[in-house]
Amino acid sequence: MDFDFSDDQKFLKGEARKFLEARCPVSVVRGVLDDPTRSHDAGLWAAVAEQGWLGTAIPEAYGGLGLGRLELCVIAEELGRALAPIPFASTVYMLAEALMLAGTEAQKRAWLPRIAAGEIIGCLATVEKAGALTEAQVQARVEGGKLSGVKMPVTDGQAANLALVLAREAGKVSLFLVDLAAGGVTREALQTLDPTRGAARLTFEGARAERLGEAGEGLSLADAVLDRAAVYLAFEQVGGSDRALEMAKAYALERYAFGRPIGSYQAIKHKLADIYIKTELARSNAYYGAWALDSGAAELPLAAAAARVSASEAFWFAAKENLQTHGGMGFTWAVDCHLFYRRAQQLGLVAGGAKAWKEKLVSQLERRNAA
Amino acid sequence: MNFNDTPEEAAYRAQVRAWLEANAPKGGGASDPLGDEAGDLGPARAWQRTKAEAGYACITWPKAWGGGGGAPWQAVIFAQEEARFATPGNPFAIGLGMCVPTILTCGNEADKERFARPAVLGEEIWCQLFSEPSGGSDAAAARTRAVRDGEGWVVNGQKVWTSGAHYSDFGLLLTRTDPDVPKHKGMTMFWIDMRAAGVEVRPIHQMSGATNFNEVYFTDLRLSDAQRVGEVGEGWKVAVVTLMNERLSVGGGASGSSHTRVFQLASDIATLAGPASKDAALREKIADWFVQAEGLKYTTFRTQTALSRGQTPGPENSIAKVVSASLMQDMANAALELEDQFGLLTDPALSPLGASFQQMLLSAPGLRIAGGTDEILRNIIAERVLGLPPDVRLDKDVAFKDIPSGR
Repeated sequence: MDFDFSDDQKFLKGEARKFLEARCPVSVVRGVLDDPTRSHDAGLWAAVAEQGWLGTAIPEAYGGLGLGRLELCVIAEELGRALAPIPFASTVYMLAEALMLAGTEAQKRAWLPRIAAGEIIGCLATVEKAGALTEAQVQARVEGGKLSGVKMPVTDGQAANLALVLAREAGKVSLFLVDLAAGGVTREALQTLDPTRGAARLTFEGARAERLGEAGEGLSLADAVLDRAAVYLAFEQVGGSDRALEMAKAYALERYAFGRPIGSYQAIKHKLADIYIKTELARSNAYYGAWALDSGAAELPLAAAAARVSASEAFWFAAKENLQTHGGMGFTWAVDCHLFYRRAQQLGLVAGGAKAWKEKLVSQLERRNAA
Repeated sequence: MNFNDTPEEAAYRAQVRAWLEANAPKGGGASDPLGDEAGDLGPARAWQRTKAEAGYACITWPKAWGGGGGAPWQAVIFAQEEARFATPGNPFAIGLGMCVPTILTCGNEADKERFARPAVLGEEIWCQLFSEPSGGSDAAAARTRAVRDGEGWVVNGQKVWTSGAHYSDFGLLLTRTDPDVPKHKGMTMFWIDMRAAGVEVRPIHQMSGATNFNEVYFTDLRLSDAQRVGEVGEGWKVAVVTLMNERLSVGGGASGSSHTRVFQLASDIATLAGPASKDAALREKIADWFVQAEGLKYTTFRTQTALSRGQTPGPENSIAKVVSASLMQDMANAALELEDQFGLLTDPALSPLGASFQQMLLSAPGLRIAGGTDEILRNIIAERVLGLPPDVRLDKDVAFKDIPSGR
């Protein structure tokens, strides 16, 4: 039994924390929050690229560090903790994973080294309307290699160079790579719940599109990519929950009411104990997801769904109860509680919401029970 | 990160498995989550002796005390492998997990010599006499009085919620010896012979119908001073050693595969909107239960990993019971809702899945209370794991006899 990260991986995690404490203090997050023209922090993005983190799980043959997915998980946890305002998830968890999963040799050679080097920002453009992602909502079309249609919200769509787009070609839904610098694309920034992670509307009018993976396998490929992303995102969520709990604890110790610290009241103690409980459950489920991802286990879809459901619940609970613990101060713009409150929703929805993931989980369970 | 054994672990597992194949009894196991009511203790005693003679009972205890002289990871592997067999229930858990370790830590040499080996061999069974009608969560509120009488002591009072008192040979008894000093300072611990004159055990009839616990009454019970464990007035310190041992045990997560059984139930039942297995609300609940049960399972794996690496486990396992007890109650309630009016039936022949959810519903309140209530466990997480301040207390610096006591 070795159900934990190795000493090397823990060392990497410690180094990542130190780096982010130095380079991504809350002031950096607020810099993006308070400036509507910015969708991410370009300086932090460049620094993260310089660390080699973008290529953590990309094989050396394609310009990455070739470390592995567990190493990426520990970095994800620290990015989540720091509320890093960068397009890491879109680029690394989604685009790079999609290329490694289904790219041709030429596609991998064309894009992976550039992702690892920090030259490419990715985005996943699947959704067109409110509600869970289903085949029926995919109206974007590819004809003669040209894409037309509207996708929104596309997280990191403002900053991205390369989009992963779900569209129909000859009646079949497939995934396409679209070079956003090649023309035929209009972008429009959207107002979002978490402005530290920007989103855009992408309007395609004859943009050049190149299929990724087999024709007609767009939805299943998107699902496979999201399973991988769900595990990494779960680590970000666990990192965010940890920090929200630390904030709540610190405030509960320093804030006095009726002559004693509010952290000595059971109403507050039990609330914080519940955050701890949910966070530990989420961490354990995320660990299992990491194992399934790293070992290429057939259990990945179930493990990823469990990690996502558990971590989304934990971070949302931690974020809202941290804010509640801060009382009126928690409701101000100046105190950081709302950054976590926003990010909990952003991470909880960006790869599909908990309701859809619960249904995926139960379908997987039914499949397993039937087997 | 992997679930495979290290070569050393694999070798130990193979050795244990072969031994169990050759020696484990082929019989029925206990299934009551609150413990064993234990009618016939013969099979349990025989199995305990077999394990002890092979060094598999109390694997981490020194050989001098009848243990196996092994490491915590070996105990974990043995427990995993033993769980694959339908071995008899374990009436020794409280003695070997809590009472005798307390004697070994705080008792005198003669007591260590006297009690360790017979307990390991399953010859003597122990119970823990802490809780009283006046204090369940507040164990230091004990009123059972031990009064000096020449060289010895005389005990009068009552304990409650004592698991296994009816079949125990010995008990670890927390008493009040000085009510004129603050509560934590006036207590003294003793071991007692449960069959001595002046000890009366009465079973508690639980709402679940079972009788896992007892009341124990003491009427002029005479003890020699040699039965004292630790110093006079230091009983609470000794009790804390016992309670720490309770928390060292790796466990929890009794709810295991119950969500699968709700699924099984749902596949066979209709709602007004169609088959229950397709009911969106139920499916969401199943997902929520699944991530809790799986989360607990993998939390235990994290604790085991620390043991296996020779490290001290983190506090993560402290969440186990508080999660699993409510999970059980919620699942039972949802299952009854599905069964609709048949949910009222407790006859295993008529109620779906042998009335197991009805039984679960009636046991669940006990699980939320026994071994630390949900509320006390949350206090423990908040204070010992998160480092929040203890409650403001009205009973700390006052003489015990002056503490308001209500009913």
